[in-house]
Amino acid sequence: MADPAIPLWEVFIRSRSGLAHRHVGSVHAADVTMALQNARDVYTRRGEGLSIWVVPSNAITASDPADKDMMFEPTGSKIYRHPTFYDVPDEVGHM
Amino acid sequence: MYTQGLNNHDATANDTSANSERFQARIDAEERIEANDWMPKAYRRLLIRQISQHAHSEIVGMLPEGNWITRAPSLRRKAALLAKVQDEGGHGLYLYAAAETLGVSREELVDQLLAGRAKYSSIFNYPTLSWADIGVIGWLVDGAAIMNQIPLCRCSNGPYARAMIRVCKEESFHQRQGYEITLTLARGTAEQKAMAQDALDRFWWPCLMMFGPPDSDSQHSDISIQWKVKRFSNDALRQKFVDATVPQAHLIGLEIPDPALRFDEATGHWVYGQIDWDEFRQVLAGDGPCNRDRLAARRKAHADGQWVREAAMAYAEKRRARPAKLAA
Ligand SMILES: [Fe+2]
Ligand SMILES: [Fe+2]
Repeated sequence: MADPAIPLWEVFIRSRSGLAHRHVGSVHAADVTMALQNARDVYTRRGEGLSIWVVPSNAITASDPADKDMMFEPTGSKIYRHPTFYDVPDEVGHM
Repeated sequence: MYTQGLNNHDATANDTSANSERFQARIDAEERIEANDWMPKAYRRLLIRQISQHAHSEIVGMLPEGNWITRAPSLRRKAALLAKVQDEGGHGLYLYAAAETLGVSREELVDQLLAGRAKYSSIFNYPTLSWADIGVIGWLVDGAAIMNQIPLCRCSNGPYARAMIRVCKEESFHQRQGYEITLTLARGTAEQKAMAQDALDRFWWPCLMMFGPPDSDSQHSDISIQWKVKRFSNDALRQKFVDATVPQAHLIGLEIPDPALRFDEATGHWVYGQIDWDEFRQVLAGDGPCNRDRLAARRKAHADGQWVREAAMAYAEKRRARPAKLAA
């Protein structure tokens, strides 16, 4: 018989470069303290980060891939949201 | 990983031909298949099998090298070996996590391994008899693993591909430290050089077997390639490995234990002799030199850790209950 499931946590790490925390993977741990320790051991053995977040996996709500057209397609036609939509004279230079 | 509730919903989706066609079109367009995306049941099964076997291999692979940590010849070698073995444990964990996105639990997968129902790489059923084996394992076994894993970084399954990118970043240290050990022995005393040669003699053929059966009788190859789980055939990767490795051996004065080995000017490849596929099948079926030891060691480690897992869960439960009690 398999053991009862030890909770799953999603791991986010902020790298040195000052970027936002980024999802790197997941770990199993009984509680949040051990989740942080496991995340450090598993995902930062070579100085990959300066800060770790762990989030219970079941606390994440994901969009359904089946809805992706409805969710994201409407922005596809709104080309006026991009700078290249607008014409300015070349003499203006970089704008 | 991610929201696994949706995976269960996916598992019941019908493998209708329209869905399958759309799926293949996504694969052909080099899109990555993510945890909650629709996928054919057979694709899910193939990936669960492949990723879990890969994870088991990383975990069991810690045993032959772990055998030498306490006997490493210097502090430098010991620190490196310890770090390498710890990396392999990490690789196993990345991979179990990738498999879990497909709707299995790590507990189930570990259970399959301990029950003897899961396979892992045949190479880890060979013993590590001398310190030179640690050098040759890093150089050749990790070298072969790199050949195999680099194309997997472009695998159609997103979680598996991302795990492979992390793994590949860490592997090159493994191979270099192994080659450095082998090179040091090969340039040492006559006795040390003989040790290195002996290790190469024992590991060469099992390393060639790591790439799996010849293309002429591989069962899963075609569909794997169609689904872009695999990018190159077993024989193609094996040839790449031989071509890369033979000059490395010659450079440090070691002989490849294959009397038939020759360089073919016309193709630019090293042509190698006949692989003993009976030995491969025997090891895979459980009758290699160390199969029983490896499983016994994993079972013991799991059983010895039982109280720790239970205590951690009990402590977490107690902590959860505490604020409720205070409030009452
Ligand atoms: Fe590894
Ligand atoms: Fe490795």
